[in-house]
Amino acid sequence: MNAAVLTPRKAASVNPLKSSAPLGAAMAYLGMAECQPLFHGSQGCTAFAMVLMVRHFREAIPVQTTAMNEISTILGGMDHVEQALVTIAARAKPKLIGICSTGLTETRGEDVGPELKILKARNPELADVGVVFAATPDYAGGLQEGWAIAVTALIEAFVPETPLPTDRDQITILASSALTPGDIEELRDIAEAFGLRALVLPDLSGSLDGHVPDAYQGTSYGGTTLEDMARLGASAATLAIGASMRRPAEVLEARTGVPTRMLDVPLGLAAADALIVALREISGRPVPARLRRQRSQTVDALLDSHFYYGGKSVALAAEPDLLLPWARLFAGLGAALPVVVSTVNTPELAAVPAASVTVGDLEDLEHGAAGCDLLVTHAHGRQASSRLGVPLYRVGFPSFDRIGSQHRVSVGYRGTRDRVFEIANLFLESMDHEHEGEDDHAGSHTASG
Amino acid sequence: MLKDKLADVFNEPDCATNQAKSAADKKKGCAIKGLQPGAAAGGCAFDGAKIALQPVVDVAHLVHGPIACEGNAWDNRHAASSGPQLYRMGFTTDLTELDVIHGGEKKLWKAIKEVIAKYNPPAVFVYQTCVPALIGDDVKKVCAVATEKLGIPVIPVDAPGFVGSKNLGNKLAGETLLDYVIGTAEPDPDDIRPTDINLIGEYNLVGELWQITPLFDELGIRIRAGITGDARYRDLTICHRASVNMLLCGQAMINVARKMQERWGIPYFEGSFYGIEDTSAALRAIAALCVQRGAAPDLIARTDALIAREEARCWDRIRPHADRLKGRKVLLYTGGHKTWSVVSALHEMGMEVVRTSVRKATETDKAKALDLMDGNEDALVQAIPNPEMYRMLREGEADIMLSGGRTQFVALKARTAWLDINQERLYAYAGYDGMVELVKRMDLAVNNPVWAQVRAPAPWEAAP
Repeated sequence: MNAAVLTPRKAASVNPLKSSAPLGAAMAYLGMAECQPLFHGSQGCTAFAMVLMVRHFREAIPVQTTAMNEISTILGGMDHVEQALVTIAARAKPKLIGICSTGLTETRGEDVGPELKILKARNPELADVGVVFAATPDYAGGLQEGWAIAVTALIEAFVPETPLPTDRDQITILASSALTPGDIEELRDIAEAFGLRALVLPDLSGSLDGHVPDAYQGTSYGGTTLEDMARLGASAATLAIGASMRRPAEVLEARTGVPTRMLDVPLGLAAADALIVALREISGRPVPARLRRQRSQTVDALLDSHFYYGGKSVALAAEPDLLLPWARLFAGLGAALPVVVSTVNTPELAAVPAASVTVGDLEDLEHGAAGCDLLVTHAHGRQASSRLGVPLYRVGFPSFDRIGSQHRVSVGYRGTRDRVFEIANLFLESMDHEHEGEDDHAGSHTASG
Repeated sequence: MLKDKLADVFNEPDCATNQAKSAADKKKGCAIKGLQPGAAAGGCAFDGAKIALQPVVDVAHLVHGPIACEGNAWDNRHAASSGPQLYRMGFTTDLTELDVIHGGEKKLWKAIKEVIAKYNPPAVFVYQTCVPALIGDDVKKVCAVATEKLGIPVIPVDAPGFVGSKNLGNKLAGETLLDYVIGTAEPDPDDIRPTDINLIGEYNLVGELWQITPLFDELGIRIRAGITGDARYRDLTICHRASVNMLLCGQAMINVARKMQERWGIPYFEGSFYGIEDTSAALRAIAALCVQRGAAPDLIARTDALIAREEARCWDRIRPHADRLKGRKVLLYTGGHKTWSVVSALHEMGMEVVRTSVRKATETDKAKALDLMDGNEDALVQAIPNPEMYRMLREGEADIMLSGGRTQFVALKARTAWLDINQERLYAYAGYDGMVELVKRMDLAVNNPVWAQVRAPAPWEAAP
């Protein structure tokens, strides 16, 4: 059964589901070591993105702006780019400056990429700083797309085309924006269980995982290094996690010849199995006992939980890479998905196990969610949740009204197991409340302890 | 047209900063200064306009632009409403590449129609942003047509991000209110009192307005409109019949206060509800002006009595914290009047203010701060670079920093107590109750047992 993909012709997007592409690009850059992302736009483009990321990660977010104004936008902003690069190099001393354009600069059609070489050549203080440019107009795509464009740009800028001898114990993971720092750490651990060292691009697990460095640092705290980038060609294989990583993976494979395997975000038993099978084949090693045991625990979690999912209605909204595994998880436990919303129209949406997927906003979700048992989307679902009286389970970015989301693991067997239980408990909790009502214990919370 | 507006707000005669400038600097305006590529911080003009107008709680705020301007920013502030929640919803035309090529006016017109049909607001505020401004979308024209054809006010907020800073956007928002909203309706003539006031530049963040309203209620003073805290559209249209304007956060909306004085003869004064002395001074000023405007003269004595009672009550509630705060060192990193307005309460606690930042402070603010710091000029600082701030806190030069969200993680990563006293704060610190709350939060922060745990090195790193 293929989901019908609906693209309603609304002029006003109400309660947007989407964040912007430049925000996604900047977030990808923050997965690079000692990096300073730079928005080529008005200072507001940076401020809004920064504030949202600070609220989500609860970390300092070192992003800067070319501070374009009306006149520089019309006349062309290369001197603003140049001034920004020189200023950042002097102040923050980054190893890498990642530039993303915005709607403002793309409307004029400014092509920054080709000019970077000239800028670097005439400013010796930029000699030791990597500079990369991603074209991310705000009016095309969302966070996931901007992230993917930045990853592609990083590969084109820093992965050499000369082939390297293969290191059988090294793999590359291209990480979609759907993965949390915690997810990336889990993937790395799973790879290690097969004796494989994973180079992750981009690697938020080193930078936005919420740790306390020993000294002040004005750039990202950690992440993929440019040295890592130079070694991607030596990997035995590239695992591209999430369909949005297809394009970066193609570019990487074309440059290095390292074979790619496309995988869905490994949330859910089947998707986690696909990951384990891939690692087993790449490494040539058997599935370690502890992963077998974890799989068995996950199967048990599904058994224990299916009672509570069966017959439930879930309203789901997320970017495509995250949407698909979550939709499969709910459908695979017997829950119905009467309303599913995503941000952009991608081929993967048709694979969602629901009658239809709407490319839309949280108003579309809210209208379809009356009578549902659970809302599943990011923190902006909170208004719909309170208006409808339906509980909200937060997935995706942003999660600004809960803390610790960067560490939440939803991938692999353990991640799947824990998320399945967590949501089953939400269903259980609302059943408790219903019974309280039936037994006329209204207002008393003693029954639940 | 926007150019004229910009020149107009730059030339604000009542703006102290502007008055202090040379003729050449005045020409440069307040927009471009300070925006250095690669070293700029803070929001754009659109951001500022939205901040200033979003607290109008019953209207739809529709952002005409690509997804970044609203998608990254909606429902992100803590302006509180006592009723309608429409202002918290995000409305945007979410411009696509095709819209950019063909122009976005038609989409905007349709979007306005959709929003009105679905949500039936008393008015729609339409925010212009950079991309449609660049491709020449005439938002004013679309709004004028919509107002006429749809029968409800559709108000253009012409403050695209690239015209300047957040502060400029605040002022342009004020101009919008003056041009399209204030004075467009009349109150019931029997319902006009000499004790009606407006609070200009008060946004009811985290509901702090409600820390003050009980005092006003007791004195018989009525808030005709918060401009724009917890405002209803109708209140704003009739607020030109208030007797007195109080201007809070003077830099942002001084143009509104001055022009309301010009047009409708409403006297205004600048004041603040941060700090005990400030609160008392503001209440006294309001009472005096109301009496000038015809209120019964006993208002002044009643206000004095209320102030005496509330100040005493406030200090009584603050004092129990003094033992726990005495001798603690504070780094006060804010700006404007907050440079000094909380210092006296900190001193009363026996706390030592090691530095106070006088960014965005006027000469008067600086003089007051200097006076409170016993003339120690070294204690008055401009911006502190993050690495230096980190060093100060890591080396224990202060036990707590009071600042805004931007420097939160400098303090926390230096394992030092921190309290948000700027706009993203979670607690309300206005008026007498607010000061008690601030002291309580400070006590809880600096005396939390967590600091010993997080400062101790891992056992294997401890010195032998």
